[in-house]
Amino acid sequence: MTKEAYGAAAQQAADPMLIHPVTIRRALWETDDTFTLTLDLANALPDFRFLPGQFNMLYVYGLGEVAISISSDPARTSSLDHTIHRVGLVTTSLAHKKRGDVVGIRGPYGSSWPVELGKGKDICVVTGGIGLAPLRPLLYTILRDRDAYGRVILLYGGRSPLDLLYRVELEKWGNEHDVETLVTVDRGDTSWKGHIGVVTSLFSYIKLDVRNTVAFVCGPEIMMKFTIDELERRGLAPDQVWLSMERNMKCAVGFCGHCQLGPTFICKDGPVYPLPRIRPLLDRKEL
Amino acid sequence: MEMTMQKEDLTEILRQHPFLFGLSEDHMKTLIGCASNVHFSEGEHLIREGELANRFFLIRTGRVALEIDVSGKGRLRIQTTGPGEVLGWSWLISPYRWHFSGVAVADARAVSLDAECLRKKCDADPTFGFEMLKRLTVVMENRLEATRLQLLDMYDLPAEGAAR
Repeated sequence: MTKEAYGAAAQQAADPMLIHPVTIRRALWETDDTFTLTLDLANALPDFRFLPGQFNMLYVYGLGEVAISISSDPARTSSLDHTIHRVGLVTTSLAHKKRGDVVGIRGPYGSSWPVELGKGKDICVVTGGIGLAPLRPLLYTILRDRDAYGRVILLYGGRSPLDLLYRVELEKWGNEHDVETLVTVDRGDTSWKGHIGVVTSLFSYIKLDVRNTVAFVCGPEIMMKFTIDELERRGLAPDQVWLSMERNMKCAVGFCGHCQLGPTFICKDGPVYPLPRIRPLLDRKEL
Repeated sequence: MEMTMQKEDLTEILRQHPFLFGLSEDHMKTLIGCASNVHFSEGEHLIREGELANRFFLIRTGRVALEIDVSGKGRLRIQTTGPGEVLGWSWLISPYRWHFSGVAVADARAVSLDAECLRKKCDADPTFGFEMLKRLTVVMENRLEATRLQLLDMYDLPAEGAAR
């Protein structure tokens, strides 16, 4: 276990259900229905550390909790980003929060992207919709040590041009960090000059060195299934593919069973899994 | 649209296009007579909705958007095709009319295949015709699969409570 992982585990083990009040430093709308809350950790949780791919439970006092992936750079310790899709009661309440408001957090929880595994290899990140948020800490980590990796390929699909997250960063990663960034949308108008089509169609435009590539996949489950098919068709070994699963989470520590997927609890054993571990469960209709 | 290049160069270009990977020498010779190398500038139409589908394209470089005019919504872009992909199969299906328009959104190079020429050769040589059909069926299957995924609107919201 790395020092960082140990720190994160120890922090969580102290009292996994304890909620910490933190102040919102910034609320930024990314799209019409998705926003990023930057939480100030400097005073409230100066020792908070997390690993790429992990998530927190965000608590709106008196209303309820919701599981949200951490989307900021793990090396940035003074604050924490969560990119949130406004979809239900708690996330709508979070959407109304502004700078200076206080929310509760507990975490971090779950498994993380195996960043070390990608060193010396090409990285292929495939994502869609808000799935880019849990992958952003992975990208920050890779880009900080860019020379340690081969090609970095990012395939990103969105619903429409207006639904794309982190557009400035997408451009920056391509221009300044040698990330082969291919973006596609499901529908566009005549002002959109980029790709239109599903994210798997982007594989037509890249050539993977399948013996030396690690793939990280996060998005809607149906998108991940088609992506896995495409990666397998191209010859990528299953143990070189990692994906992040999502299920309804409540306790986040494997007690309540809400996020159970067959023999595994997504909150505790996941959300990040190697493909061979989760593959048999993906096609099981009753799960 | 510019047309350029000798037949020998064109054969090499055709060999490198994924749609024709592994095509036999005989079939390549049959095909080459219907092919020409073309270039489209940004904004130029390759095909127009409702017009006769008298050719189809193997895209080499650039990007082409498929568009449709929808009453009340204006012109919508529903798909793009890029290097290594195929634009159009209406040339094979009677009454040979385009259902969408195709416009270059970036300068594009392509191989244009004359539809009438190709249909005649497919009829005259069923083995060649079946080979073309098999390859186009893969293109159609991929498009159908992609369309189904688009219809699912899979980026629609996850349930609250899921970590994303």
